[in-house]
Formats: sequence, structure tokens, C-alpha cells
Amino acid sequence: MRIEHLTAWLDERLSISTLAAMVQKKEVPLHRHSIWYYFGGMTLFLFAVQVVTGILLLLYYRPSSEGAFESVQFIITEVKFGWLIRSIHSWSANLMIATLFIHMFSVFFLRAYYPPREITWISGVLLLFIVICFGFSGYLLPWNKLAFFATKVGTEIVGVIPIVGRPMLRFLRGGNDVTGATLTRFFGFHVAVLPATATVLIAIHVLLVQLHGMSVPPSLAEQSVKKMKFVPNFLLRDLIGWILAIGVLAALAALFPWELGEKADAFAPAPAGIKPEWYFLFMFQTLKLLPAKIWRFDGEVIGIMAFNFVALLLFIVPFVDRSPQNARRRLAFNLIGIVALLFIVGMTIVGYVT
Amino acid sequence: MQTDRQINANRDVAMMARWSVAIILRIATVLLLFTLTSAQKKSSCIECHSKLEDPRLSAPAKLFDNDIHHARGLSCNDCHGGDPNADTKEGAKDPRKGYLGKPKTLDIPAYCGKCHSDANLMKRFNPSLRVDQEREYYTSVHGKLLKSGETRVATCISCHSVHGIRAITDPLASVYPSNVAETCAKCHASADYMRGFGIPSDQFDKYKTSVHAKALYEKQDLSAPTCNDCHGNHGATPPGITSVANVCGQCHARQAELFQTSPHKAAFDQRQFGECIKCHSNHAIAKPNDEMIGTGEKSVCITCHTAGDKGFLAAGAMRARIDELIGSLDKSTQILDRAERAGMEVSRPKFEMKDATDALTHARVLIHSSSTAEVDKVVAPGLTASVKGYQAGMAALAERRFRREGLAVSLVFILFLAGLVYLKLRQIESRQRGGYGDA
Repeated sequence: MRIEHLTAWLDERLSISTLAAMVQKKEVPLHRHSIWYYFGGMTLFLFAVQVVTGILLLLYYRPSSEGAFESVQFIITEVKFGWLIRSIHSWSANLMIATLFIHMFSVFFLRAYYPPREITWISGVLLLFIVICFGFSGYLLPWNKLAFFATKVGTEIVGVIPIVGRPMLRFLRGGNDVTGATLTRFFGFHVAVLPATATVLIAIHVLLVQLHGMSVPPSLAEQSVKKMKFVPNFLLRDLIGWILAIGVLAALAALFPWELGEKADAFAPAPAGIKPEWYFLFMFQTLKLLPAKIWRFDGEVIGIMAFNFVALLLFIVPFVDRSPQNARRRLAFNLIGIVALLFIVGMTIVGYVT
Repeated sequence: MQTDRQINANRDVAMMARWSVAIILRIATVLLLFTLTSAQKKSSCIECHSKLEDPRLSAPAKLFDNDIHHARGLSCNDCHGGDPNADTKEGAKDPRKGYLGKPKTLDIPAYCGKCHSDANLMKRFNPSLRVDQEREYYTSVHGKLLKSGETRVATCISCHSVHGIRAITDPLASVYPSNVAETCAKCHASADYMRGFGIPSDQFDKYKTSVHAKALYEKQDLSAPTCNDCHGNHGATPPGITSVANVCGQCHARQAELFQTSPHKAAFDQRQFGECIKCHSNHAIAKPNDEMIGTGEKSVCITCHTAGDKGFLAAGAMRARIDELIGSLDKSTQILDRAERAGMEVSRPKFEMKDATDALTHARVLIHSSSTAEVDKVVAPGLTASVKGYQAGMAALAERRFRREGLAVSLVFILFLAGLVYLKLRQIESRQRGGYGDA
């Protein structure tokens, strides 16, 4: 009786029964491409893992050039299961970026950005950039040699952008060089600015998905597509995926613990053959392959501007390709997507091999 | 009242006049400076000698461009006297104008010493430069022989060259650290040249095989010793038997200090052994290794000590302690490397292993005391540090095992849980199919 009273009390104030009814009504289309629906949820789950493990790491982490490396060393050697938390945080970050890329390409190829889902797409693209920023800022936090030089190279790339490059570089570094000030700044981005922004964007993104429902690919007639209940059918399937993801993360952390490396030393030479994280490798490799001069301009500047331009183009995709009726445009977008995918995969492989 | 146009025209005329005066003044200044400079820098010696066909006579003029004296503003007449402003040979080489000509070999040290021994003069060019080279030269074997009338010995120009003399900091200078040995070898590696003096000529060949030469030539370590670091430069002399340790001790200070307090000191002096060189040789000094100590075939100790004597036993004991530390270090390093390869974080114990490696280095130095007790004082803490490293490595590997076992157990639970959810899903879906079918 007491529980019923409590439920009624809460329902009166929070309209739980309305929400429950809405969730009960939610359905997921069932067709040959349904597998791709799981990657959004998987990305969200891995983000939750990041939040939980990140908070645990915060209990011991010290964001200064004098203490960062030592505190991470302490976490992985002295703190009970600290190694597990730190390794899961690092592996989960990488898996999250991978699932996010898969999610984005699946949405692109299945045309899930068609009206009225333009804002869902835009919030997703913004989340992609936020997650990449998470990766870039978090990579520096252990303050090891590789992270130090990767940040140096990464911020230098920002610095070559005409007009705004140098001020942006100084803003990111907290000065002209990568120092303890950069670390403190990146820590601030990583644990405050980016999580706050990401939370708002995730809320908008998920809310819009609920509002518009799961998109059915235009190649399939919506009426003929079977449906599955979101609760419990799809959610339980999601849950199986999340439980297995925990298993994968545990296995990766136990068998391939994330290395700490050597402490950063500003006076040491950069390690030979230094490469960025895998999700930046295709851009890094492209910049390496570009000639020093393209016509009158610096090859590197042209490359960086081109990547920025492509990033901006991502936002306008749903406004250019708006309808399945235009077969030529559909074909063109498919080709663009395949070329982009092959380019990213190809350049990443070349980056690793060379 | 002037119109605006008239005012502007007047202003333009005044400006042009000012410009013209300024330009004329500048041209006049440049011409004046040029004339003055030409008058000051005239050197008929260079002008004539550089045109001579005989290379013996033209070379000095050509070489002088790179000479440190030329860079400091000196010219031929500052050493040779004469008048560089004269346009004829006779005028330039006029003895009344102090012309000295080419100095005789016997006079060269004094010739250079004219300036280089004058502290007041040298201060003008290089306040930190020594002015005792000439005096020191006459304490050298070269100087003593020269004084006795032997002109085949080295003088200033033999080592520093002549007319193309470069600063000792110039890598092209014949006395730059990496060129010194070759400069000395010009005479000392010539068997024919040295025959008259009754000394060997294999020093350079031997030196090239030494650890010092490897450091100098291969590692480009300019602090590595070459000929002059042991023999002196201007006062070049072979070190005496009792002063060898002082020579080596300039760099190997701790070893020399230990040797001086060891029982070997008195024994070596008594037998007229050349201290360091008795075990390490002189020019062909090889990189020391642990084989050199002990009672093995390659040990230098057994050249004097025989089985059973006190020194023989001490050598064996010191070697045994060093070997013990090396063995322990190898074991610890291997286990830590294994743990590191397995992805375990062992950088701290690896760093702490430096205590053990430092102890080994220290023990290798302490053998110069010839005291087992002294060696033991550092080997013991070294062994403790090494054992700690080994234990840390073993703990890391045990932790890895624990993680793998933990993973296996966790995976069983995870798969079991996933299986349970799957079964629940099937149960729900079968009930849905039975009751309501797909939504």
C-alpha cells in the first residue's frame, strides 16, 4: 500500500504514467538494416562508462605537470583496481569513437537525416566533434612523452590556420608552448566544458530520436516494415550488447592494459616515428602526403582548411540531400560516402604501415 | 599672400635642396672612408707573394686569409718586419725598417714568443690566453732538444702550422682535439723520423684502438683524452712512472685516489711499475671489463699474483662479489622486462634498479682499493636493491596472473548474465507471439 501511495505521489508530480505510456508505445522498425540501430545505444552506453570511470579517476588524478604522471602511475600501481578503471576508461574512449563513426556512417547511408531529422543529424555531428575533442584533451592528461609531443603536433596544426590559428594555438596551449598550463587547460576542457556540452547535446539528440522515432530507410516502404517494441524487446537486446561490451572492455583491460609510457620531458627529443591516435591518423597521413606547396599556398594549410571545410559540409548534408525522389543526388551521396569511408580506412592503414 | 600652389612649390624646392646636400655628403663620406681604409690595409707582401709562381713563396700569402692573426688585424710585417706600404721588393724588405725574413728553426719559439710571451700585448687580443707557452716549451723534450741544437724536433709551427694558423676552437685547426693525435703522428708515427731519437713509432696506431680514441672519433666526445691531455702540449713529456696515476687521475680521480691508498702503491713503486699502465697499458687502453680482475686466464692480477697468495685470494673474492651482483642484476632485469612486455607498469621498480647498477659501477671502481671489504660495502646494498627489483617483477607477473584469472571468472559471470537476459528476452517474445504476436 505504501509503495502504491509513493507511486501515486510521484506520478502526480512527475507524470510517470504518461512517460511510461509513451515508452510503452515506442517501437523500433524491424528490417535487414536494424542492426545499425544498436550503435547509437552502444555509443551512449560507452559514454556512460566514460563518465563513471572518469569520476573514479578524478578521485586520485592531479592535473599539474609535476603530479599528473605520478598520479596516474599511482592509480595503476597502488590503487586497488585502479589499473582496471584507467584501462577501461582508455579502451572505452577508443571503442566509443569507433561506434560513433559506425553510427554516423550508418545514419548517412540509411538516410536517417531526411526531414524532419535535420537537427538530430546536426546534434550528432556536434557530438562527433565533442567526442574527438574529448579524445584529444584526455590523451594529454597522463602527461607522458607521447601525449606531450602528440599535443605539440596537434596544436601546431591548429596554429597554421590563417588569421585565427595563432590565437587559437595560444588559447589551447595557455601560452606559446605546451606546458603545465596546457595540461591544466585540457583538464578543464575534459572534465567540465566538454561533459557539460556533451550532456546538453546528448539530451537534445536522444529527445529528438524519441520525438521522431527510429527512421526507416527510404528504400523500404514504411508501412510494410515490421515493428518491435522498444521496451522490453529492443532494450533487452541493447542490454545484451552492453553486457557483452563490459566483457570486451574487461578483456582488453586485463590482456592489453593501457600503457603509461615515460613522463613528458620538454627538453627530450620527440620520439622517432611519432603518430597520433588512430582516429586522427587519416588526417595526419594526408597532411604528410601533401606537397609542401600547392600553387602559391602552403600544402599543410590547404590540407587543414580542406578538412575544416569537409567538417562544415557535414552540417549541411541534410539540407542538400532532402528527398529520396532525386535518384542522381542519392547516387552522388552514396558515392561520396563510400569514397570518404575508403579514404579514411585507406589513409589509416597507410599511416600504420608506413 | 601666397597661394597654396606657391607654398607647395616652395616646400618642394626646399626639400629637394636638403635631399641633394644629404646625398652629396654621404657620397663624400663613403669615398673618404674608402680612401683611408685602402691606405691602412695596403700590404705589398700579400700583393706580390700571391702572384708568385713558386708555391713555396705564394702559399703563405694564400694561407694567411684563414689565419687567426689575419682575423685579429695583424699582417706579415707584424712578425717578419719590413714595410708593407712600399711598392718595391727592396723597399718592403728593407732591414732598416725591421725586416727579419724567415726565422731559423732554433729561433721560432722566441719569434712567436715575442708577442705570445708578452702579457700586456696579448691582453689586447685575448685576455684569457696563457703567455707561458714559450717557457713551458723549453721544459718539454722538444724544447730541451731544440736548445741543444737539434732542429728536427717540433717547434710552434710544427703543430700549429704556419701562415694558416687557426684558433684551437676551430675544427679545422691542426690542434683541435680531434686533430691533435694526427698532428703528433706526422712525426711520431714515422719510423724513419723517430729512428734517430730511439723511440717507438706505434703510439698512434695503438691509440686508435683505445677506448679514448673510440670516444673521441666515434662518439665525437671532445673531452676524451688525446696525446696532449696526458703528455701536455707545449711542455710535452712522457709522464714518469710515479706520476702516471696523476695524469690518469685528472679524469679518473676516484680510481687514482683509491690506488694511492691501496697496498699496490708501495709495491708498484718498489718494483718501478708504471701504476695505471701496468694493468691498463698506455696508448692502447682497452675498455675495462670484469675479466681483468680475478684469477681467470684473462685477469691482469695473475701477472703478479700466484695461487694462494693474499692478493690472489682478494682478486678472486672481489670478482666473485661483482659476479654475484651482475647475476642478480641480470635476473631482476629479465623479470622486470618480462613484466613490462606483458603490459605491466614497472617503471618505478625499473628506476629503483638504478641503485643496483650504480652499486655495480661503484664496485668496479672500488677494486682499485684492492680491498674486498670496500667492494663488499657497495655490493651488499646493490644486491638488496636488485632483489627488491626482482620481487617487484615477480609481484607484477603474479598480478598479471591474478588479472587473467579474474578476467576468466568475470567473463563467466558476464556471459552468464548475457545468457540470462537472452533467455528472458526469448521468454517474453515467445509469450508475445503466443498472446499478441509482434506488435
